[in-house]
This record gives sequence, structure tokens and C-alpha cells, in this order.
Amino acid sequence: MKRVLSYSEAIREATEQEMSRDPSVIVMGMGVDDPKAILGTTKGLAGRFGHERVFDTPLSEDGMTGLAIGAAMSGLRPIHVHIRMDFVLLALNQLINMASKLCYMYAGKISVPVVIRCIIGKSWGQGPQHSQSFYPLFMNIPGLKIAAPSTPYDAKGCLISAIRDNNPVIFVEHRLLYYQKGYCPRGPFTMDFGKARILSRGRDITLVGISHMAVECLRAKRYLQEKGIEAEVIDPVTLSPLDMERIEKSVIKTRKLIVVDNAWIPCGAGAEIISRIMENNSGGDFIFKRMGFAFTPCPTTPALEGSFYPNAKMIAAQAYKMLYPKAGQWKPKANLKIEEVEFNGPF
Amino acid sequence: MFRDVFVRYRHKEKLKNKNYKLLERFYASLYLIRRTEEEIIRVYPTDKIKSPVHLSIGQEAVSAGVCAALNGRDVVFGTYRGHAMYLARGGSLKMMIAELYGKAAGCAGGRGGSMHLIDIGNMVMGTSAIVGTTIPISAGYAYGLKYRGSDSAVVSFFGDGAVDEGAFHEAMNFAALKKLPMLFVCENNLYAIHSHHLSRHHSDNICERAAVYGMPAQRIGDDIFSIYNTAKRLLKGVRSGRGPAFIECITCRWKEHVGPGDDFYLGYREKKEVRQAMKRDQLLEVRRLLGASAAGKIEKKIDGEIREAFEFAERSPFPAQEELYANVFKE
Ligand SMILES: Cc1ncc(C[n+]2csc(CCOP(=O)(O)OP(=O)(O)O)c2C)c(N)n1
Ligand SMILES: [Mg+2]
Repeated sequence: MKRVLSYSEAIREATEQEMSRDPSVIVMGMGVDDPKAILGTTKGLAGRFGHERVFDTPLSEDGMTGLAIGAAMSGLRPIHVHIRMDFVLLALNQLINMASKLCYMYAGKISVPVVIRCIIGKSWGQGPQHSQSFYPLFMNIPGLKIAAPSTPYDAKGCLISAIRDNNPVIFVEHRLLYYQKGYCPRGPFTMDFGKARILSRGRDITLVGISHMAVECLRAKRYLQEKGIEAEVIDPVTLSPLDMERIEKSVIKTRKLIVVDNAWIPCGAGAEIISRIMENNSGGDFIFKRMGFAFTPCPTTPALEGSFYPNAKMIAAQAYKMLYPKAGQWKPKANLKIEEVEFNGPF
Repeated sequence: MFRDVFVRYRHKEKLKNKNYKLLERFYASLYLIRRTEEEIIRVYPTDKIKSPVHLSIGQEAVSAGVCAALNGRDVVFGTYRGHAMYLARGGSLKMMIAELYGKAAGCAGGRGGSMHLIDIGNMVMGTSAIVGTTIPISAGYAYGLKYRGSDSAVVSFFGDGAVDEGAFHEAMNFAALKKLPMLFVCENNLYAIHSHHLSRHHSDNICERAAVYGMPAQRIGDDIFSIYNTAKRLLKGVRSGRGPAFIECITCRWKEHVGPGDDFYLGYREKKEVRQAMKRDQLLEVRRLLGASAAGKIEKKIDGEIREAFEFAERSPFPAQEELYANVFKE
């Protein structure tokens, strides 16, 4: 039997294994050693490694990010955890003006091995200030790497790679993925950044889903099967660098692409992926669509929240429209069986 | 620790001027906040309120005391733990409950929820879910008031966690520098989520830090009389152009950080801490001073208002789908 772990357990395991391998790895952030332990992802770490290596911080995101950068310059490998990505906005100055630039600005004499773990949330009235995912903003910055894995396997492998990387890595985790279960090897392993994962093969249309939207795309694929449509579902896993080769190959095969961002659409991952395909394939007759959050702040009321986020049914309906533009609108009926997806390989 | 701030006023002193009007006002304010939140707790398991709630129960006296000391046009800014401030300043109860229910008639049309309460007509300028963000904004508002020659003041409510943020210090410095008409009110309930104030600060010196920025700063307990009197006195100086002032109220959140329940099972604080705070319950204290019959009248009236507000929220419609795109910009 293959070993099954939840996404949050995979994050915890990766952290624990790296901490025991390398004494320079430390974990800091608000609540990392409290009873809730960042939704369990830092559970037991303070007990095992001590409070010098796992410590709570004051509510000082800007200052603490500078501190993590300084600690990294001195030879430590800090993992700075933010329970919501919205709070990382307070740290942008240190991340963008300092962390992303020090290596370049000092001709490679300095490295900043920090991991910024950012959890993104959704639904249940999180509202405008507790629901944002800013990875597109970071994709615009040279000198930062970004991972946003959607499976437990990739979460573990990517986090270990991020910790060992000598550069700042923004590590994006969607709360709804935490309960997602899947195969995850016991021992430590790394993953190359810049390698997308084909979550499911298909010939008719390519669906690229970022972070939790990869799960929505897998669900959409199942809805589309009712109509005999086989979608290929790809999770880019890392957004900087981006594995264009794999995505491009799929699009050349299917000629149709939907990129579903877990963020607002303008200047997002969808824009980036589609432009790169266009630049490399002038004259190619592809059809593209970007999906993402409605271009408004996230409303709290459940009455509007439903139309704010793209979901599997909307993605399936969009895909159908691209395949059969003349057939008239089709909207799949909600099906709980379809909505339960777990990705179990191949890896 | 912290005990010194809880020296009890003698009742004689409290009622020096037999100000029953004020007592009634305190009681109405405290009772409204307590009962409204208890009703939220009762409804919460039904999932009709799909919004995280940060309850003020236990901390009511801070908002009730400070707001009783305000003048008609004084404005308040606060945090996600804002029910008490909103209600104490006179925010519409109906619109607040409708907001928690996500209804179109809510004070933010349902888009904000519990963490984003506003009632401009009643001088409640909003609450934010990002710690510390409303502190410099309060100072900016105070700058505007001063610039326009207004004699009103701004009160900025925030927690002991917000003191950790740079924005707090930057705002304190500027407010003192420009002698802005504002009162900073730090509700020190000793915790930021589960993290104790002394595990985040070198020592128990929030008030001293405020003082060195150049403003009168006073630490008090959560006795509503001392809160009211201190706010009244400090606001006098604020209004006379002497610049900002600072109050730190040592208080206690009885419920969990977020949500309707208790949190003793987590083990980050002792039950004893909360039990001790409950002994200081200002609601009971003021009720005793007021007498059962006067209190009963107030209770009856407020119970009716609360019932009405919840019924109103229940039967109000949700916002229409087009509302999603409304108000991204001001027309
Ligand atoms: C900038 C920022 N960082 C972190 C958080 C997460 N957070 C929400 S409430 C809170 C604790 C705040 O404590 P305090 O200021 O004492 O207010 P209290 O909740 O005790 O009323 C934290 C850390 C946040 N909302 N905003
Ligand atoms: Mg607090």
C-alpha cells in the first residue's frame, strides 16, 4: 500500500526532517509554537527542537522579515510562516527591496536562503482582507522563487527544495488543500523547481490550475467526462520559474487552454502563461481563456462569495463552450461524488 | 502582576455626584453589548452568521466608558474585535446584525461581515481585519479635523498586539509631533491570539513607551468609572490643542480569540485568569449600583431591540448578484 498523507502533514514532515538534518533551519512566525500550531503544520516542532529554533514573533511582519533576512545572511535558514498571505503585504519592502536583490546587488557575495510560507484562505466569510493570494505580484519580481503546490507529494518535495535553496522562496499554501490526501514517501526528497505536473492526461483541452484551482480543474475534468470530453489538467507547481515547456506541449496537442488563477486575472499567471505561448508560437491557432477571481475585493456575504470564485462547474462550462461554440450553453449539475477528488499519482 | 490597576473605587466616590443618568447610560451600553454578543453565540451554530466573530465579552467597559466620554462629532476607529466599540458609539444594531448575516441591509451591504463595521452617521468610521492598520488612519483623520478647525477628536481603539507593529509607533510619533486631536486606546487583554503580551514585549511598559513619544499616558483597569473619568480628563487636554493622549486599559477577553466558544482546552492561559476577571464584571457592578428596578427597565427595552434586530436580519434579503461589482470605485 502506498503511504498516504494529508497536505498539512506533508508540510510538517518536510519541516521536521529538514530541521533534524540541518541545525541551521529555524522556524519563526506568529503562532508557530502555539496550541494551534499553524493548523498543525508546526505541531511538536518547538517541543522537539526547542524555542531557539522555533519561536513566536511579535506582530511585526516588516521587521521580522528583515530579521529573517539578516539571520539568513549570517548562515541560518529561516522559515518565516504567515497564517494569511494578506499579512505578507506588510513585509513587501524587505522582501522586494532587500531579499530579492541582495544576491544580485552584491554580485553574488550574499545569499538569502529564506522560505516565506504564506497560507491563503477562502470562503466562509473570510472577506476582503483575509482571502487574497498575491503570487502574481511576486511573479513580477526577479530574484524570488515561488512555489504553490497542490498535492501532498509536491508540498513535501517543494518545501524541502525551498529550504535547501540558497534564495528567497515564496511558498504558497491554500488552506483548502490542507485536508487533501495523497501519496507521500516517508523519507526526504527534493523536487526541481520549474517542473509542472500533469495531474491528468487528456486530448481535448488543457486546464492549468494554480494552487487550489488545480483541484477545481480535476473536478471540472470529471464533469466534462459526462460530455465525453477529456481534459488534460496541469499544475505548474512552481510559478517562478515556470515550466512552459510542458504546458506548451499540452496546448500544441489540444489547441485549447484555460488557465484558472487562484487570484485576480489582470497581470496574473494566466496572462503570463498565455503570452509566453503566443510569443513562442506566432501564427498558432489556439483558443485561450483566463479565469480567476471576479475583479472586486472579496465580499464576505455567502450570497456574493459564490460568484467571486471560479469553481469546477464554471470551468467545465467554459471548457464546453470553447469546444462546442455553437452548441449553446451547458452547465453541469452539482455532483458531490465528482467534487471529492484526491490525486494519487502518477508521480 | 497587573493587580495595581484594579484598585477598587469606593462606591461613595463613584456616585459622588449621584449621576444616575450616567449610570443608566453605562448600563445600557454594557448590557446592549453583552446581550447582543450572547445572542450571536446562540445563533452561531446555525451557520446563519457566516463571518468569523471576535467577541468583546469581558471587554465591554473599555468601549462603553470611553464612548460615554465623547462629544457628538467625535469619531472612532477600531479593529475586527469591534462589536463593543460600534455599539457603544451608537452604531445601528439592526444594520450590524444584518451585516453579520450577510444581508443587503447590513452596514456594509453584507460585504464586510463582523470584522468590518461602519456607521458614519453615528461616527463609527470602520474596523479593519489587519492589525494596526486603523491606527495611522485615525491619526490622518485627526489631522484632517485639525486642519479644518474642527473641535472634534478621534479615538483609535486597538489591542496589545497592535503595539508590536511599526505603524503604531509611526502614528504615535506623528500624532505627538503635530499635536493631533486624538486619543489612543490600547485594550490590553494580555493576549494576541494565544501569545502573551510579555512573550512579545521586553517588559510591561506599553504606557511608558507611549509617554516618551510626548503625550500624557495612563494605565488603568477595566473599571468603567476609571475608564470614563480618565477618558474625559485626557480628552479635555486633547480638545484644548495640547495634542494626543494615550490610555492603556488592562482587560480580559472571556471567550476564545475568534469564535463563540471558550478556549480553556487550549491551555495557553489559566481558567483562573478569566474567573478573576469575571469577578470584576462591570455589567453586574453597575447593575448593583443602579438597582434592580432601574436596570430591569433598561434590560426590557434592549431585549426588545435585540430581538427586533435579529428578526430584521433573518427576514432581510441577501444582496442581488449585480451587487458583486458595485462600489469597486466611488461614482
Ligand atoms: C498585520 C496582521 N498580522 C497578523 C494578523 C493575525 N491576527 C489577527 S488578530 C491577531 C491578534 C491581535 O491581538 P491584539 O492586537 O492584542 O487584539 P485582540 O485580538 O486581543 O483584541 C493577530 C496576530 C493580522 N490580522 N494582521
Ligand atoms: Mg490582545
